[in-house]
Amino acid sequence: MDAPAIRATGLTKQFGARTAFRDLTFEVGTGEVFGFLGPNGAGKTTTVRVLGTLIRPTAGSAEVAGVALGEGSGQELRRLVAVMPENPGMYLRLTVYDNLEYFAGLYGVPRAQVRERILSSLDTVGMAGRVNDFAGSLSKGLRQRASLARTLLSNPRVLFLDEPTSGLDPVATREVRELIEGLRTSGVTVFLTTHRLDEAERLCDRIAVLNTTLRVVGRPDDLRRQLFQSAVEVRTRTPLQDPAALFGSIAEVDGWSPDGDGAYQVRAKDLDTLTPKLTRALVAAGADVLRIAEVERTLEDVYLQLVDEDVEVQR
Amino acid sequence: MTPRTRAVFRKELRDLRRNKFIVATMVFLPVFVILIPFLSVLGIKPGDPESTVRNVIGGASLSFFLVPLILPTVIAGYAVIGEREQGTLEPVLTTPVRESELLIGKALAAVVPCVSIAYALYVIYRVWVVSAAAPIVIHLVDQPSQLIAVILFAPLLSTFSIWVGLAVSVRSNDVRVAQQLSGLAVLPMLGLTALFSFRVLTPSVGLALAGAVLLGVVDLVAWRMVSALFDRERILTRYGSV
Repeated sequence: MDAPAIRATGLTKQFGARTAFRDLTFEVGTGEVFGFLGPNGAGKTTTVRVLGTLIRPTAGSAEVAGVALGEGSGQELRRLVAVMPENPGMYLRLTVYDNLEYFAGLYGVPRAQVRERILSSLDTVGMAGRVNDFAGSLSKGLRQRASLARTLLSNPRVLFLDEPTSGLDPVATREVRELIEGLRTSGVTVFLTTHRLDEAERLCDRIAVLNTTLRVVGRPDDLRRQLFQSAVEVRTRTPLQDPAALFGSIAEVDGWSPDGDGAYQVRAKDLDTLTPKLTRALVAAGADVLRIAEVERTLEDVYLQLVDEDVEVQR
Repeated sequence: MTPRTRAVFRKELRDLRRNKFIVATMVFLPVFVILIPFLSVLGIKPGDPESTVRNVIGGASLSFFLVPLILPTVIAGYAVIGEREQGTLEPVLTTPVRESELLIGKALAAVVPCVSIAYALYVIYRVWVVSAAAPIVIHLVDQPSQLIAVILFAPLLSTFSIWVGLAVSVRSNDVRVAQQLSGLAVLPMLGLTALFSFRVLTPSVGLALAGAVLLGVVDLVAWRMVSALFDRERILTRYGSV
């Protein structure tokens, strides 16, 4: 099995008395798209900056692309990773080509390969025709794509994307997402911070929810199962006469709760066994059944559940 | 020069060339500077005492040090703060470029045009003086010590100025404030060159060389201080190890 692309152990960062994040321990597999979610101020960008060697951790250790974070390893590590900050950070008075040529120089791309590498990166992000445009004349979406092209110049092993779709319109957002999906096939490990839960759900193999401390790490499906018991939604034309007796008569039912007029949520571990029995019981009780369906939990439900728990704890 | 320093140097020159404020400063300051010696020398009348002529020539010579001293501080203001404001510094700091490579690239991109302008102005002035000025003026201007002072002092003063500008730029949050503070910080150096230009210290080749060595040492110390100040964490956040 491949060594993890990122391994953090007890990673902590404090700015004076303020804690940006505390005791982060997680691993990201090679070639994985890993989502890092959290509310504003949760420490996502600071985590990217620490793992990208821009700032030093206060405590703990980490390894990125097989190189341990440390005083002497910064330059070696920066050769293997690329970071796309939230702000595209393009030189507006320079052309797209000049911008990328500068970074090719900083990454030490051999002179003979610079032009080819720039054109190939721009082609990957669908900007081959904008080579000679001034960065200042590009829309925010195009600048974001050019910034993504810039991170591809060095063929990084680990790519940190900090809110790559922040502030983009829906079309530009979709384009950037498609580019990230495309990266999956190239085998590069992607560490993606985002506010957009649908984006994380669609793109990420696993996600972590951060709120100063790491709340959970796992696959979206596993997290849903972990946080929410599986349940069936029942909807009838008129409210049931005695729902407690009806649901209580089925052995598999772990619990139930009303969910509006003539609507109920019935919880059970094994929905495949429960659903046929529940259907028969409802029909036998003379209920006009409008709907019986598994309750779908989204990543947003998981996220809000965790963040709300933190708010409750703070109160 | 390492390939990364060369990349920084080339990018900085391209960016500066398209910065209207910098270009305007690079045009108008030299025009203003060249006018001072021309008008001063034109104002010398036959029969003026030698001490008066010396003072006029001293003021004229001093003005040639204004370009390498003041112009780099204007450029340095953009070097760090300008980049931080545009959000371009963070992506650069994520690359394998060393702090020293970044600083030297930025410094060279400021020093080379400033020194070139200073030399060009001095050549114009000297050619004009030798071909058109009174013999007493030619005698005072056409001194080897004066030539050596301009040749050596211009790059050294310019280097000092860019280090001061970068140091202030690293610690400041506003381009204009950084430029003004840097301008103030380099003024004492103008005082030192005034001692030479106004012949408070009798100019000689030996003195010019000694002055150049002293400036070189000052530049070295300033470089060490700027390197220590240029900390990635401090630049991106308000906190750092320095």
